[in-house]
Amino acid sequence: MKPRNLVPIIYILFLLLPIYWLMAMSFKTTNEILGGFSLFPQDFTLDNYRTIFTEPVWYWGYFNSIFYVSLNTVISLVAALPAAYAFSRYSFIGDKHLFFWLLTNRMAPAAVFALPFFQLYSSVGLFDTHLAVALAHCLFNIPLAVWILEGFMSSVPKELDETAYVDGYSFHRFFITVFIPSIKAGVGVAAFFCFMFSWVELLLAKTLTAVDAKPIAATMTRTASSAGYELGLLAAAGVLTIIPGAIVIYFVRNYIAKGFALGRV
Amino acid sequence: MRTVNQRGWLFVLPVLLLVAFNALVPLMTVVNYSVQETFGNNQFFWVGLRWFEEILQSERFHAALGRQMLFTVTILIIEIPLGVAIALAMPRRGFWVPVCLVLMSLPLLIPWNVVGAMWNIFTLPDIGLLGYTLNNVLGIDYNMTQDPFAAWITVIVMDVWHWTSLVVLLSYAGLISIPEAYYQAAKIDGASNWSVFRHIQLPKMKRVLTIAVLLRFMDSFNIYTEPFVLTGGGPGNSTTLLSIDLVKVALGQFDLGPAAAMSLIYFAITLAVSWLFYTLMTRDDR
Repeated sequence: MKPRNLVPIIYILFLLLPIYWLMAMSFKTTNEILGGFSLFPQDFTLDNYRTIFTEPVWYWGYFNSIFYVSLNTVISLVAALPAAYAFSRYSFIGDKHLFFWLLTNRMAPAAVFALPFFQLYSSVGLFDTHLAVALAHCLFNIPLAVWILEGFMSSVPKELDETAYVDGYSFHRFFITVFIPSIKAGVGVAAFFCFMFSWVELLLAKTLTAVDAKPIAATMTRTASSAGYELGLLAAAGVLTIIPGAIVIYFVRNYIAKGFALGRV
Repeated sequence: MRTVNQRGWLFVLPVLLLVAFNALVPLMTVVNYSVQETFGNNQFFWVGLRWFEEILQSERFHAALGRQMLFTVTILIIEIPLGVAIALAMPRRGFWVPVCLVLMSLPLLIPWNVVGAMWNIFTLPDIGLLGYTLNNVLGIDYNMTQDPFAAWITVIVMDVWHWTSLVVLLSYAGLISIPEAYYQAAKIDGASNWSVFRHIQLPKMKRVLTIAVLLRFMDSFNIYTEPFVLTGGGPGNSTTLLSIDLVKVALGQFDLGPAAAMSLIYFAITLAVSWLFYTLMTRDDR
């Protein structure tokens, strides 16, 4: 083994330590956690997980999160695909300004917009729905998706478009059956980033929901304050929030690096 | 060459509507608040630019802005070179590549409040792995709920833990796009490792590094949830970054006017710095 391989290994160990501690905590009883330090769970228990899988407040939190995150990913991609195509292929009045304006929306501090968002979504009657969170997360996901997809599309030679027209393809047919498949790595990468940023965001998701669409992360903060400080239960819920992300990253693992390299980003 | 075609607007329309709905209406609400005084019972009075003047002169804002800049500069100085170094040391092909990428991406996919809670549990002085090790094994007196310096270090280490992988992923993507022939040519010329880095790898990584710096700047400047859950801005005000201070003013004291003015100033600063980065780093392209 070469010494330089040690760098990623040490880095990964550093990343895994806090995650290990969270997992170890999730298998301990509250008494053991508060009773003192132990490197491994002495009194191994699955009770924390059992609580989460049997109480609707907990498992509905997961369903809600997964539902609005998926909805957001779909909306972001469907809207971003034609826009990215336009930015990559056409020149039109104000295109550069529009592109930078889109990016500026990632810069707005979410903490600033929490209250206006609440008022806006209440007034259009979407408060406490999955759609509200999915739409609100478009604010930062659509610009990112357009940015990533534009890079990929620009690396596809324009001759592809022209050949398709010569062959008599209509624009719709060309776009859906030829063009999108040719940048599927880019779609994968964009979907991954939309999923990731929507899944980890809490402030807006928490502001826009009360009961019916409450995300898992919000369930955790509310439980933390109401039910004393059940660290084991919180740790178990935390471990379970890592899993959907881990599954998604597993599926796009081969695209993630290659994808960015191909893109003109 | 891109063809001039105003049909582009039609393609951009859905994005425009969705983003404008989310961006313009709340922004106008904030602008509206920022020039008014409210006493809570839906009565508003025009105050002009008074809040802006007050905030630009207030020491509290200067202090929060100072802490915010210190935080952002520190994490950029650590995360960007560290991320590039790790990407350089990673294997380029084989079984271990996907394993590394998946493990490294894990912190990116954890909800932000869980990140804060996790580091809180990890650093508890008597029962957390890190806190216990530092205090009882290494004999270093560490308690981040009392010592501002320890709190700062913890917040920064947490951010490095959380986000360095993004820089690694992006840099790595730039690195593997370099054709093997470049390295062979460098070898024939007898180029040192440093000149390979300086003249082949760094230029190829420039675009992805631009994205990395921009994303890290914007996101770290707007950071709220993780340090809030970890330290609550304390001890005292020592880790009260801009967003945390803002929420304290807006929701804690319900001073909507000053909070709105503060957010606009804050937004303007982020915008200006991002634009500067963007222009500087893409200057050579056109």
